[in-house]
Amino acid sequence: MDLKDLYQEVIVDHNRSPRNFGAMEDADRRLEGFNPLCGDRLTLYLKLDGDRITDISFDGSGCAISVASASLMTEALKGKTVAEANAIFDDFHDLLTVDNPDPDLDKLGKLAALAGVRDYPTRVKCATLCWHTVHSALEGEEEPISTE
Amino acid sequence: MNAASAKPLNSAAGLDVERIRGDFPVLQQEVQGKPLAYFDNAATAQKPLAVIETLDEYYRGYNANIHRGVHTLSERATAAYEGARIKVRNFINAAAEQEIIFTRGTTESINLVAQTWARTNLRAGDEILITGMEHHSNIVPWQILCEQIGTVLKVAPIDDRGEVRLEEFERLLGPKTRLVAIVHISNALGTVNPVHHMVERARAHDAVVLVDGAQAAPHTRVDVRELDCDFYALSGHKLFGPTGIGVLYGRKALLEAMPPYQGGGDMIKMVTFEKTVYNDLPYKFEAGTPHIAGVIGLGAAIDYVNGVGLAAIQAYEHELLAYATEAMAAVDGVRIIGTAAEKAGVLSFVMEGIHPHDIGTILDHEGIAIRTGHHCAMPVMDYFGVPATARASFAFYNTRAEVDRLVRGLENAKKVFS
Repeated sequence: MDLKDLYQEVIVDHNRSPRNFGAMEDADRRLEGFNPLCGDRLTLYLKLDGDRITDISFDGSGCAISVASASLMTEALKGKTVAEANAIFDDFHDLLTVDNPDPDLDKLGKLAALAGVRDYPTRVKCATLCWHTVHSALEGEEEPISTE
Repeated sequence: MNAASAKPLNSAAGLDVERIRGDFPVLQQEVQGKPLAYFDNAATAQKPLAVIETLDEYYRGYNANIHRGVHTLSERATAAYEGARIKVRNFINAAAEQEIIFTRGTTESINLVAQTWARTNLRAGDEILITGMEHHSNIVPWQILCEQIGTVLKVAPIDDRGEVRLEEFERLLGPKTRLVAIVHISNALGTVNPVHHMVERARAHDAVVLVDGAQAAPHTRVDVRELDCDFYALSGHKLFGPTGIGVLYGRKALLEAMPPYQGGGDMIKMVTFEKTVYNDLPYKFEAGTPHIAGVIGLGAAIDYVNGVGLAAIQAYEHELLAYATEAMAAVDGVRIIGTAAEKAGVLSFVMEGIHPHDIGTILDHEGIAIRTGHHCAMPVMDYFGVPATARASFAFYNTRAEVDRLVRGLENAKKVFS
């Protein structure tokens, strides 16, 4: 395992300058996610038009993997329908957790940069915290979610 | 102990660390292709061969239940088990072996006191005083008790160096203070509390005092009579012994007056459906078949530590901590969390722009094991305004060369994120 496979340039970049970062005053949905193991905390903001995500942002703090993952996720989900978002989450989750995944790299796009996380089982939760949070937010959950 | 009898593990020149390292099989391995540098000793310490072989001998040679068997193996197991109790008694200088209760660990020891002594002796409105640097295991049992019986938890705050603010501690001691529960050495900060002074002040207010010695026992000489505390809790696995075994020291008069913690076998003298007579100390608090192997293994660990010598251990670790502190402080962007005047064994830190978890993963690639997270001391993290820290914690088998690798690892972490 090479450290560079985990901390790819795109991850370092999105950690340093996270996209869609900041609170959204007029969000339709707002949900907190928390990883008690690491102390990662993020708040996710969504604006919806019917079942389409018209805007998405996040704030909070966490390790490079969790921040970069949230940043990449917001880019991937903006403009997508709920069904499309869930499909991407499924693919992404498989990429990190399933043995011998067969990911559709075109569909995953930049999210594939996080593939290296699969070799670090303790870090998978860092990468998926934001996804679990957005998934719960889309389901209408209002209680903060936790990875533990 | 065979290894130590040939040649002492310490001398006027200090510890023979190379020989000591040879006693720890787990250290003889590579992680990620690099020699393991194990800096997670505050979480759990590694086990010397003497402990591993003692466990092996017990299970191979004389595994049997204790106290009730008349057969040879049971007598051997009982003798080894009770022999270990005497070793613990001598190790912390308790007045009698009846004052040594075996538990699962520090956590259970504290819960035992909360649910027996405290639950029967405290009333609604009585105050329990702890400090702002406690491990969750010396916070939550008291919160549970407060919910049960209406006692009030008070917290003596810490300052920016990670020391208890003694004037606040003194101020919070009052007529309602019935119990003071304080950590001897902080696992998250390394602070060595002035426990002698704090115990004296607490007892001047007629409070019962429990000291959490989980981190202290492996690093400093503990003398419960000199300390004059009522309860002292420690864990075997941090003392180079097996996991799942710990000790509660309790002053005999208090233990005798306390109700049992759990009911079951071995803690009774006589049972009828009408009435049960509890056993004498210490068995009253050791219901069920105990962790016999763990107790015997803990005895072997104490023998090993005595063979190295706590005075020599303390001197060596003090020097290593000073060396590491200076080296780490010289790394640009490192902020050390916990800078008390008196510290032992722990270097907690954060790095600008790099989350502790990423530091941990990057160091693991170098074969270096540190801990990252809140160290079961979330209020300490809140106080210092960090979600987590990276923590290197030392034992007497760590070396300056390993510290140098740690520092190089941090420089490498900066490169990854540059």
